[in-house]
Amino acid sequence: CLPMIRIPEANSLSFEAEYRRFALKKNGAGSFQEFYQLLQTIHRIPGVDVLLGYADIHGDLLPINNDDNFHKALSSANPLLRIIIQRRDEDEPVVFPTNSLQRRKKGLAGLRPSQQKNKPALLIGLPQDFRQISSIIDVDILPETHRRVRLHKHGTHKPLGFYIRDGVSVRVTPQGVEKVPGVFISRLVRGGLAESTGLLGVNDEILEVNGIDVAGKSLDQVTDMMVANSHNLIVTVKPANQRNNVVHRGSKASAGNGSAGSGGSALSHESAHSPASQTVSQCSNSNSVAEGDSDDDDTDLIIESDNLPSYTPHRSLANGNIHGNTPSSGVFGHRPLPQSVSLPSSSSLPTKTSSSQESMREDGNFITL
Amino acid sequence: MKRFRRHGHDSQRDKLKQELYQFNKTVEHGFPHQPSALGFSPSLELLAIGTRSGAIKLYGAPGVEFMGLHDENAAVTQVHFLPHQVELVTLLDDNSLHMWTLRAHKGVSELLEIGRFTLTGPPGAIPSVTRVTAVLAHSSGELLLLGTEGGHVFVVEVPGFRELEENNISLHESLLPSTHHRWEGQNLECVEALQENPLNPRQVLIGYSRGLMVLWDLDRRCAIQHFLGTQQLESVCWMEDGGNILSSHSDGSYCHWTVTGKDPQTEPEKQETPYGKIPSILVDSGISTVSKLPPFLIFSGGMPRASYGDRHCISVIHSKTHVALDFTSRIIDFFVIRDGERDPNALVVLVEEELVVVDLQTEGWPVIQTPYLVPLHCSAITCSHHVSSIPLKLWERIQAAGKLQNLHYSRKPWPINGGQNLAPDPPQRDLLLTGHEDGTVRFWDASGVCLYPMYKLSTAMVFHTDADPNDNMNQSTEGEWPPFRKVGCFDPYSDDPRLGIQKIHLCKYSGYLTVAGTAGQILILEINDEAAEQTVEATVVDLLQGQEGFRWKGQARLDLREDPVTFPSGFQPFALVQCQPPAVVTAIALHSEWKLVAFGTSHGFGVYDYQQKNNILVRCTLNPNDQVALEGPLSRVKSIKKSLRQSFRRIRRSRVSMRKHNPNNGSCLLWLQLQEINARLEAETLHDMELAPVQRKIEARSADDSFTGLVRTLYFADTFLSDSSQSTPSLWAGTNGGAVFAYMLRLPPVERRMDNKVTAHAGKNSKEIQLMHRAPVVGLVVLDGRGAPLPEPLEVAHDLARSPDMQGSHQLLVISEEQLKLFNLPKVSSKAKLKLTALDGSRVRRVGVAWFGSSRVEDYGESSLVVLTNQGELHVVSLPSIKLQVHYPCIRREDVSGIASCVFTKHGQGLYLISPSEFERFSLSARWVVEPRCLVEAPSETRPTSHSSQVHRDQPDGASMENRICKRLVEFAFN
Repeated sequence: CLPMIRIPEANSLSFEAEYRRFALKKNGAGSFQEFYQLLQTIHRIPGVDVLLGYADIHGDLLPINNDDNFHKALSSANPLLRIIIQRRDEDEPVVFPTNSLQRRKKGLAGLRPSQQKNKPALLIGLPQDFRQISSIIDVDILPETHRRVRLHKHGTHKPLGFYIRDGVSVRVTPQGVEKVPGVFISRLVRGGLAESTGLLGVNDEILEVNGIDVAGKSLDQVTDMMVANSHNLIVTVKPANQRNNVVHRGSKASAGNGSAGSGGSALSHESAHSPASQTVSQCSNSNSVAEGDSDDDDTDLIIESDNLPSYTPHRSLANGNIHGNTPSSGVFGHRPLPQSVSLPSSSSLPTKTSSSQESMREDGNFITL
Repeated sequence: MKRFRRHGHDSQRDKLKQELYQFNKTVEHGFPHQPSALGFSPSLELLAIGTRSGAIKLYGAPGVEFMGLHDENAAVTQVHFLPHQVELVTLLDDNSLHMWTLRAHKGVSELLEIGRFTLTGPPGAIPSVTRVTAVLAHSSGELLLLGTEGGHVFVVEVPGFRELEENNISLHESLLPSTHHRWEGQNLECVEALQENPLNPRQVLIGYSRGLMVLWDLDRRCAIQHFLGTQQLESVCWMEDGGNILSSHSDGSYCHWTVTGKDPQTEPEKQETPYGKIPSILVDSGISTVSKLPPFLIFSGGMPRASYGDRHCISVIHSKTHVALDFTSRIIDFFVIRDGERDPNALVVLVEEELVVVDLQTEGWPVIQTPYLVPLHCSAITCSHHVSSIPLKLWERIQAAGKLQNLHYSRKPWPINGGQNLAPDPPQRDLLLTGHEDGTVRFWDASGVCLYPMYKLSTAMVFHTDADPNDNMNQSTEGEWPPFRKVGCFDPYSDDPRLGIQKIHLCKYSGYLTVAGTAGQILILEINDEAAEQTVEATVVDLLQGQEGFRWKGQARLDLREDPVTFPSGFQPFALVQCQPPAVVTAIALHSEWKLVAFGTSHGFGVYDYQQKNNILVRCTLNPNDQVALEGPLSRVKSIKKSLRQSFRRIRRSRVSMRKHNPNNGSCLLWLQLQEINARLEAETLHDMELAPVQRKIEARSADDSFTGLVRTLYFADTFLSDSSQSTPSLWAGTNGGAVFAYMLRLPPVERRMDNKVTAHAGKNSKEIQLMHRAPVVGLVVLDGRGAPLPEPLEVAHDLARSPDMQGSHQLLVISEEQLKLFNLPKVSSKAKLKLTALDGSRVRRVGVAWFGSSRVEDYGESSLVVLTNQGELHVVSLPSIKLQVHYPCIRREDVSGIASCVFTKHGQGLYLISPSEFERFSLSARWVVEPRCLVEAPSETRPTSHSSQVHRDQPDGASMENRICKRLVEFAFN
């Protein structure tokens, strides 16, 4: 069986894009270097330094920069594989965020100090080699004893992997110490997403789920809320272990320093990374909790049986995002690209308009309740 | 800016909301759970029932009912009306007394608690001194006599509860004149009975539990006569002439004493043991006799314990007739209703699970059908279905069929007729259908305050079951002794659990009914005014469609009777679908215009054409890896344990309630043992819980979860499934795994409906939606071009609904447990959504479409969605904008069965079970409210002339006037 790999390409070398589709024998593909040269040849850009990315089955834009992820990319072709080529820009590094092909950032960006909006992101490490699975967010607005953790279930097959229980929380009030019922993490599953981030621990008290206070809610209610938000779960916890807390230095405006492992590199408003976490956080992803409420989560799969089971992905119209990210959906040629992908380096973006018959529609009258 | 602009609109909307929605819990239907006390006021013609949860309910004429709840969470042990007044006194388990009154307010009476009282003994006295065991509401209306466990009788002035210490009757004082050495130095134990002489209200008979009875003169404060019974006393009662006394005893005997004035009387005039003197249980609740020769003698119990200890009997003896009425649950209390001085009219018996009224004037003493307090749970309720606005024609046909079933009831009118029902006639005829564990479907008139039984359908006769259909409950063998006669309809034992009804759908226009059960059976019935003999045509539908490699471990399919069966008039089955595997039917839909029935189980769904009697579609929804759903019901080990525990509880409960203040009787040992076993079981459970703390797994739903293929909802719609120019019939199915399947149906033209096949298109033109959040789909609704829900089948044909708008584009509303989502049709593109779970952690349990009429403008109304969540909250969601309008807390969230039992009407009302035997009715609509409105007036000043009153009443009529004034004063004081 020789699956054909057709690769529509976007090339943005001189603020223009071009698409190429070609076939490749799956078992005939060699190393990453050979493929890199092949692309340069096909696009007639020998010698230009480019970044390669591909869209995986979840719609995430992932890097191709070594043999391993090149082969991973090929194996995920089904049968098409979309590869995006960008010129490597020395000044503005590129990162590959989770759901970057799907999500248009919105939320409370406007609430932030505007001067920070256009600041280029600072980059730590080599983010293009990783996929984001979790992040600490809103360090600047939360009390330092609390931590807001976002778990990106989307790009991983790992289970969320934690349990919660009822418990008693001790609060200090003006009337003295008060005991109130609370919900706590009771167990982390080995190998689960929660454990692998290192950001959540047993006996951490859960304060909020996607921005909603859990005080007064039963264990079952909190469970149901978490399950309902499981695709994009943001939990605010009061860690049982307060020693790894983010320490605020100076004023709130310049808060948000990294914890012990981040080498003291100050970020403007960005979260720090726990040394134990595998996360790479990046600027555009630091929306506050409100994003948890954005309606980009559930992309229902509509299957219309014509003659063949060709699946037409639809999008949630609430925000005009692109969806269709099921393992079985495969015809990338029919899959529209977003008009604005929230990569920080917008100048090097592939600006591809949708060729799909599906029209973008803004659902103006929808109000999230 | 937008926010400011919207403000005006919002306030306008808020005003409109107030005109549309209003939450009220209006009335409780059915039989009170765990009744514990019974009272009756002959002058008001009101019946009162107290329950173990502290509720007090009053019933008079049909529609006249009141309900009150004590603040204390204690059982009501006694209820006494003050004679000839609108007050009543309740005694609770915690020894507190409560005074209630019916006060008229704006032309409607209300039941109000106006006072409470607890006896306080002398300082340092042990609690038993003041523990009330007997209450006598004196006929003067101003005294309450309270007999206690310590053997005292306290006299209290009512309604103000003022202790009249000087009138108290103390044990030793009363004994002084007695020379009988047998009683000296002995504790007489508690006061068992207090009875006023029917002819001389100043004479009161006090019965002590050891057998001694004392006739006391209230004015002279001294004993008139002592009756020295030797057996443990159970109850006493005066004969009508005021000169004879009957006492009942724990050895199964009753004694006849005469008031002679000769003190003391040591031997009874006559002693009788109706059922033999061998160890027998108590003559329980006492004796009631009614003179007029020959007299009626009515008593409960008295049966030899060894052979009939498990029976609950009331014996009625009248000249040569002797019947032991045999009830199916424990007797709480009974009383006799009389018409003035004439013969007894009816015997009213309250047993634990129902109220039975026996007509004593008609030959054979038939039972009178009760218009209220009907035991809904005579077999456990398994599902319910509400149909609003029944056309008169169908209503009359059901009524006629029901009448034929009720021939064994007495034709006498209902004898309790107190109060006036002022509620307006119900605006429409509503039916509530309840499905039961024994395979019956009961039809109730749910239009008004009284839930009245109309008709009962039994599906068991279609199948071969172990039960003998000729087993007649009322059968009694000639010459049998004791002469038992079964009465009452409470029968919780199901012969075959597979017969249990799970889903019901009635088409009110065509008279077609589908009923689906526990073993995958779907019966299709049609109403017929004549009895008919017919065979039921069965079709077996394989929902797995060739999936192999497993073994169904659940129940077997029911066996159909092949020979023709004679069905009585009413709903008669003509077709049967049996799902294979025979799993519980989880969803059903009937379209009487297309003559199709859709059904679903945990394995898949199908569509059956009941015109041509063939199956036209099968779709397996099962995930092949879902072993649990494949093989059938879960492990039985657990359920056996559970049922064992339940049966232990049941035994304990009945023992506890059998005798409250008499632990030194024979059942005590057994009772203690049971209690011990129970305590151990409970401790074990607690221990288990401590070992494994309650924790919840947080995980996204996955396609591999169990029971994702279970079909939760089915819906027929004439809408735009494949293209926007032409609407077609379609079937929609929603599963537990968040999938929605849609099929286009092709129906032949009406004239060739019999011959051409109906087809469902599986390939082209079928659609599937997989909701990303994978929460169970609990409801599907198609909205027409105006955003209104599609009308029911045949509704437009009968001119009862506007025809749907087929010009504008239709929308599909998918209601999952977590959110509501609106899709455009035919493209199935998402349009709007409303999240519930993600925001407050509540999940949708029940959903319905209702029409809310404005209370201000006659012709304005809106269709809305009514949603009940697992938190017990009701939400009203507007259509088609799917926005939350109002929400009200309705049911405790711990009450899972209450939440699961909720049904909505089409006019914004709902019913849910508050106990196995009671429905609570609520209303969300500001326009439609069905609630009791009734008036009870104080009995007229001229008391009903009893043949004795002129002679012996030593109270002038003026006294009652005084009482009345005094009472008013007290009422003001309590205000």
